[in-house]
Amino acid sequence: MDSALIPVGVKRCSFPKFMLLLGAAGAVLAWGVFAMLLIWIKGLNQTNMNDYYGFAIWIWADLAVIAIGGGAFFSGFLKYIVGKDELKNIINYAVLLGFICYSSALLILAIDIGQPLRGWFIFWHANVHSMLTEVAFCLTCYFIVLTIEYLPLVLENRKLDKIPFFHNLTHNMHETMAVFAATGAFLSFFHQGSLGGVAGVLFGRPFAFREGVLIWPWTFFLFTWSAAAFGPCFTILATKILEKVTGKTLVKFNVIDLLARISGWMMLTYMIAKIADTAYWAFVLAPSKGFDVGFFYTNNEFYGWWILILELVICGIVPALILVTKKGRASKTALTTAVVLAVIGVCLNRWVMVLQVMAVPVMSFDTWATYCPSWQEVATTILPVAYAVILIAISYRYLPIFPQEAELNPIAPEEALADEQESTEETADVAGAEPAAQT
Amino acid sequence: MKDFHEKKYGMVIDLDKCTGCGSCMVACMSENNVPFKEDETKKRLSITWMKVYKFTNGKSFPETEVCYLPRPCMHCEGHGGHSPCVSVCPATATDYSTETGIVSQIYTRCFGCRYCMGACPYHARYFNWWDPVWPKGMEKQLSPNVSPRMRGIVEKCSFCYHRLQLAKEKAYSEGRREVRENEYQTSCTQGCPAGAITFGDLINPKHEVYKLKKDQNAFRLLERLGTNPKVYYISSREWVRRAGDNYLAHEKTGKKQNH
Amino acid sequence: MFPFNFEWIWDISHLVFMGGLWYALGIIGTGMGYCIIKTISDTAQGKGAHHDEHH
Repeated sequence: MDSALIPVGVKRCSFPKFMLLLGAAGAVLAWGVFAMLLIWIKGLNQTNMNDYYGFAIWIWADLAVIAIGGGAFFSGFLKYIVGKDELKNIINYAVLLGFICYSSALLILAIDIGQPLRGWFIFWHANVHSMLTEVAFCLTCYFIVLTIEYLPLVLENRKLDKIPFFHNLTHNMHETMAVFAATGAFLSFFHQGSLGGVAGVLFGRPFAFREGVLIWPWTFFLFTWSAAAFGPCFTILATKILEKVTGKTLVKFNVIDLLARISGWMMLTYMIAKIADTAYWAFVLAPSKGFDVGFFYTNNEFYGWWILILELVICGIVPALILVTKKGRASKTALTTAVVLAVIGVCLNRWVMVLQVMAVPVMSFDTWATYCPSWQEVATTILPVAYAVILIAISYRYLPIFPQEAELNPIAPEEALADEQESTEETADVAGAEPAAQT
Repeated sequence: MKDFHEKKYGMVIDLDKCTGCGSCMVACMSENNVPFKEDETKKRLSITWMKVYKFTNGKSFPETEVCYLPRPCMHCEGHGGHSPCVSVCPATATDYSTETGIVSQIYTRCFGCRYCMGACPYHARYFNWWDPVWPKGMEKQLSPNVSPRMRGIVEKCSFCYHRLQLAKEKAYSEGRREVRENEYQTSCTQGCPAGAITFGDLINPKHEVYKLKKDQNAFRLLERLGTNPKVYYISSREWVRRAGDNYLAHEKTGKKQNH
Repeated sequence: MFPFNFEWIWDISHLVFMGGLWYALGIIGTGMGYCIIKTISDTAQGKGAHHDEHH
C-alpha cells in the first residue's frame, strides 16, 4: 500500500501491522495528550507537586532525556569534528533520537511552567545569571540544529528525493553539516552543563551545591561529561531494541564496538571525576555547612546509601569497565547489560540531582519531603515515550536511517523486483491521475 | 547621597516572647490578600507568607521544651545581592533592591518555573496552584494596595512593600526625604500581641532593630550557607539557637554576623 | 535579549552570554541561508532534475 515510500532494497512489515503498532502507541499518546490538556486548562494543581517539591518527576524526565539524547551531539562531534567516519552508519539514528529527546524536553518544559503563555519571558526578559536561562537558550538553539540535522534525512525519503529542490537541498545540507555539528557540540556543551549547573548553584541546598570555576559549579562539567559518555550508550541500546523488534541487524558490529569503546573510556574517566567530586563534597563541602554526609542518606523512607552505590558502582563503574574491555564489548550479553546499566545510571544521577535535592530538609527543624506523582504527571511523562515510538516507527519505515541495512539484510531478488514494480506502478498511477484531476 | 538613602530593612524576632498564637500569619494573610482554599488540610499546598514553625528540644517529659518560630521571607542579601532565589530566576521576575534590601517578586513577570522555590532553603516561596477565589462578599475586604496573584506564579512575603510606598508618599507630601521608623512597619509586626517582632532599618543606628540584632543571643537561620538573611532571631535558650543552623555533632553553636 | 529591553545592561555578563547566543544563531542562520540560496541556484540550473535513486 505504501511501498512507494519505503526505501529501495529493504523490507518492511505489512501496512496493517504497522498501523496496529501506530494505533497502540497512538492510544498511549492520546492518554498523555489528554493529561497535558488537563494540566494546561486546569493548571498545575493536577499534579502532586507542592511547595516543598516544586521540581518533580517531569524535571527529572527532562534532564534524563537530554542526558540520553546526548548521543546525538557526541556522535556528531566524533564523526564531523574528530573524523570517526564509521559512525556515519549510526549517526542518522543518533540524530533522530536526539531530535525526539530534545523535542520531548521542550514539550515537558512547556507543560511544567505555571504560565505557559508567558514562556517567552525566559528569552525576552532573560536573566543572564540564571542557569535556567542558559538551559533555555542553548536547548532551543540546539533543537534548531537537530531539526537541521534531521531535515535532510526526511528529504531523503524516496518520493521527496525525486523533487529536485529537495534533492539539492539535502545535498547542500550534507555538505555544510560539519558546521552545524560543530555548532551543536558547542551548544550542547553549554546546555548539558548548565543543566548540571541548575542544581550545582543552589547554595541554599547543601545536597546539591558544588564549588567550581568562574560561574560554573563542578556539576556543570560533570553533566556535560556524563551526557557525552552515557548518551552513546542510549544510542546503542535503542539500536539494539530496534534490531530486536525488526528481527534484523541494522548496524555492523565494528560501528557499535567503536561507539561503545569511546563511551566506555568517557564513562571511566567521568566516574573518576564523579567519585572525586562526591568525596570532596562528602568530606569537605557538606561538613563545612554543618552536614554530616550520612544525614543525606538516612532518617527517611526512601533515600538510603543504596542510591549512591547504585549510581556510582553498579550503574557507573561496572558498565564502564565492561565497555573498556574488548571481551566485554564482544559479548552480546555483557554489552547489552553494560548499556542498560549505563542508561539507568545516568538517569539515576539526574534523579538524585533533582528529586533528592528537593527531598532533603535544610532547616534543622524541617522534615524530609515526600512526593508521589499524580496520574496526570505519569501520563505526560510517558507521552514522550509513545511519541518516540511513533516517530521512530515512521522514520524507520520510510527513511534511509541505517545505511548498512540493505547490505546486512539482503532481500530475495524476486521480492526486490516485485517491490520495484509496485512502486513504478504507483508512480505511474499518480502521474496518470494528475492530468485527469486537472481537467 | 546614595549612601544616605540606602536602607536594609529587616526584622528581629524574639523567640522568647513568641507564644505561637499565629496572629502574625493572620495579619499577613489579611494585609496581603493571600488566597486560601476551602480545604487547607494539605499544608504544603497552603500559601503562608509568614509561617510559624513549631519544634521541640527532642527531650521527653518533663524536660520537653517547645519553640515557635515565625518565618517570613528572609530577604537574603547573599553576596552582593545574589540571594539564592534572585540569582536563579530566569526571567528577572525577582530582584534584590540595593536601596531597601527587599527582595521583590514581580507577579506579572513570573512564568511559574518554580526554580526560586527550589533554591530557597527556608521554603519562604509559594506557588499559586489554583486561581484565588474568595467566598462571596469577602472580596470586599481585599486590600486595594496589594494586587492579588493569579494561578501559575510564585509569591512570597514582600515586607509589606506597599506600606513603604505609602509611607514614602506621605513623607514626600510633608516635604520629608526620610520615612520615620514608625511610619513603615509590617503587618505581622503590628499584629503580634506579644511584641515579639521588631522591624526597621538594620543599618540605621537610630532604629530598634539595629540594637537588637547585636544582642548576644541573636542569630539568623542557616547562616552557614551564606544566604546572609535580614531576619534575626533572639533566644536565650541554647538549643533553640543551635536549631537555627546545622552543626556537626562535635561543633559548638556558633554566631556569625555579616551585618 | 535585546539592548532595547529595559533590563538590558551593557556589562560583561550580557556581552558574553548574549554574544555567545547571537554568534551561534548567526552561524546557524548563515549556514541555512547558504544552503537555501545554493539550492535555489542549483535547482534553477537544472541540477538534480534527472537523478536516479542510487545517488
